[in-house]
Amino acid sequence: MSATIATPTPSRLRLGLRAATIAVILLLALMPVLNRLPADHALHISDFVVSITGKWICYAILALAIDLAWGYAGLLSLGHGAFFALGGYAIGMHLMRLIGPRGVYGHPVLPDFMVFLGYTDLPIFWWGFQSFPYALFMALFVPGVLAGVVGFLAFRSRITGVYFSIITQAMTYALMLAFFRNDMGFGGNNGFTDFKELLGMPLNAGGTRAALFYASLATLVGTYFLCAWITRSKLGRVLIAVRDAESRVRFLGYSVTQAKLFVFVLSAMISGLAGALYVPQVGIINPGEFSPGNSIEAVIWVAVGGRGTLIGAALGAFSVNAMKTWLTTIAPDLWLFALGGLFVAVTLLLPKGLLGLLRGRRS
Amino acid sequence: MTRALFLIVLLLAASLPAHAQDAFLDALAGLAGGFTQQAEAAERLGAGGDPRALPVLRALADGRLLKRPDNTLLIRADAGVTEAATGAAADAAGAEPVRINNRVRVALRGAIGRLALVSPDAAERAAAAEAVYRTRSAENIPLLEAALARESVPRIRDQMALALAASRLVAADATVQRQGIAALAGAGTEGARALLLEARNATPALGPEIDAALVSLDRVIAVKRAAETLYQGLSLGSVLLLAALGLAVTFGVMGVINMAHGEFVMLGAYATVVVQDACRGIPWLEPWSLPLAVPAAFLVAGLAGAMLERGLIRHLYGRPLETLLMTFGVGMILQQAVRLAFGAQNREVISPAWMMGTLELPGGLMVTQNRLWVIVFSLVVLGLTIAAIRFTRFGLEMRAVTQNRRIAATMGIRTGRVDALTFAFGSGIAGMAGVALSQIDNVSPNLGTGYIIDSFMVVVFGGVGSLAGTLVGALSLGVVNKLLEPYAGAVLAKVAVLVGLMLFIQRKPRGLFPQKGRAAG
Repeated sequence: MSATIATPTPSRLRLGLRAATIAVILLLALMPVLNRLPADHALHISDFVVSITGKWICYAILALAIDLAWGYAGLLSLGHGAFFALGGYAIGMHLMRLIGPRGVYGHPVLPDFMVFLGYTDLPIFWWGFQSFPYALFMALFVPGVLAGVVGFLAFRSRITGVYFSIITQAMTYALMLAFFRNDMGFGGNNGFTDFKELLGMPLNAGGTRAALFYASLATLVGTYFLCAWITRSKLGRVLIAVRDAESRVRFLGYSVTQAKLFVFVLSAMISGLAGALYVPQVGIINPGEFSPGNSIEAVIWVAVGGRGTLIGAALGAFSVNAMKTWLTTIAPDLWLFALGGLFVAVTLLLPKGLLGLLRGRRS
Repeated sequence: MTRALFLIVLLLAASLPAHAQDAFLDALAGLAGGFTQQAEAAERLGAGGDPRALPVLRALADGRLLKRPDNTLLIRADAGVTEAATGAAADAAGAEPVRINNRVRVALRGAIGRLALVSPDAAERAAAAEAVYRTRSAENIPLLEAALARESVPRIRDQMALALAASRLVAADATVQRQGIAALAGAGTEGARALLLEARNATPALGPEIDAALVSLDRVIAVKRAAETLYQGLSLGSVLLLAALGLAVTFGVMGVINMAHGEFVMLGAYATVVVQDACRGIPWLEPWSLPLAVPAAFLVAGLAGAMLERGLIRHLYGRPLETLLMTFGVGMILQQAVRLAFGAQNREVISPAWMMGTLELPGGLMVTQNRLWVIVFSLVVLGLTIAAIRFTRFGLEMRAVTQNRRIAATMGIRTGRVDALTFAFGSGIAGMAGVALSQIDNVSPNLGTGYIIDSFMVVVFGGVGSLAGTLVGALSLGVVNKLLEPYAGAVLAKVAVLVGLMLFIQRKPRGLFPQKGRAAG
């Protein structure tokens, strides 16, 4: 497996990519502005396009997180959707608390589903979620702790490769089953919805949507720089070495377990943040987000874009989801064939993804 | 002399039935009288045990017994009117229905119940035992004892024994009551428990004995519950075994991770649907559609497996993560293709009659037959798989290639062909699992997804590459799942099993039956 270690002298392709990326980010930043133009204006962008782009930005953050673990450290997690969903649930709990007495049952504290299920008091694990900083902290903390526990158990006993993948898939599967239960206190299979406001701003207002869009975009850019910094650091090189020759790194005296654990936990926290940005924009979170299919779909974004390249991961998230939106509108039956076909085509023909294709053309 | 003797014999022979007939006819005549006479007559008929009395009493209870002015009784039925005493066809002109009151009705109910206890029809006897059990009267004891002695069907025997014990409990004699308590102590049903609790309140004198009986009864119930849980666990385990067995070959022996394995199971289930549809309308073939589906499913899934291996997987050997993703994509395509071809809704597979119903084991343990067949089937498939790997030329080549591909190739084994056949073999087993699953689960395009994670768990738990490990892993996971279910609920039990497995892998990363030697690498 050829490592894509950052070369000190930027090639022309790298410079071109960089320029293209900056251009795309600027274009994205313009979208909420163009959305404000009158509807008949030539440059007007519809609400639908802005909101779906906001979703894709969250997906791109998730893709970066997966790429950090898979593309650089060789940890193919099939359970990153669980971290994403947990982050979403944390912020969802905050949004539910903010509904307050405006729910259908008008209970001052308890969300509707709890009144419906006959709760009398707020469960302990719901305490504190009326505070936004606490909810945001939990959106990072809970996925981080889960990844820490699973990762510690897995890496300590040197579970690698497909075994690790299957364990993470089992993890998200188990969480899905658990969250489908009503008595978990997370709204059962309906999850959370009917959110009203965030930080005092009504969620359906255009300004709030634009703010969430910019928050997501800023997070995407920030995550990119964080990941780029990590992968270029000494730790990043150790991670790449772990991916390519784990035993050798171990023999050289590096703690493989710690390096993997660090990157897995960080990756889970980034996924949680992506989920926390995603839920206020789509207005719903339910246990379906935990389904193993979601996680593996996110993995294929990274594979399509080109794993081991951060830009590629984000590019993959955008392009696959654009294709999904397009295909599910014109030919819904074909989408699963296309997605399945992508899995086959990328692994067999394009092991380095779209970016690899660009690189291959040049060399 | 001989003539006189002959006459006496003839007289004696005639007098026996004549006497019985007289009793029947005597009692019958009472039914035409006043209410008190009617009740007495009903009781006498019930005690007499004459099978001819049953239709008469039923007719009276249903208001279908008619009376001519000369007190001849007639029975009106759908087929026409007959004389109650002789059964001969009769004319209903001038006849009126016989009226009864509540007292007669009670007597009738008891009498019908007693007569039905010895009826030649098993269903009638079972219903009668149930009725006698409900009325609970000490008078029924001799009748039940007689009926129990004649009864041969185990299920009805159990019911009658329970009814007898219940009747004994309300007897005036303490010794008889003790007999009832002793019988109930071993019955091991919730019904017996309720009876004992009731008796404890009614007869405080027997309190200590009843308490002792309750303790032993609870022990019997606990053992029965444990046996039931074990059976359910084995049943779930056998399903897991079937689903995991193919995986044990492709993943365990070949080292190829195939996420489309669940879809091969699904293909097998749909092959069953197709075979059944093809057999429909051919009466002599219909009951055998399921056995016919087994080779069909093996071939369909095996062929799909061979195509997948030769066409795609072969190019990704040595790259397990890519293989995982690619086969997941193939699974997606297969699911969607089946969804488009057969529709997204569940397809029903009808179990043939010889697989239906419940089997009753001694002690009242109920065993559903189709699940029993699945258990047997999974063990047969396991045996055949082991035999194929151990004793056939193909199995030998397969083991040679997995142990040392290069040396096997130098010995003249066509490794590519062996790879394809092994993968087809494992996939074919998955197809056969689909036939079994079609009997106990809905046949839908996403049938396989529910089993794939569990199957991987079984293979990892049992030890990759070990078929014995797969057997032990599947059965123990099934039993543990069912053991936890009453305490944690089905979903949490599953979660607990997954978590437990992750912890187990900590201690034994190579599973229960780790491979030894060079192949373990």
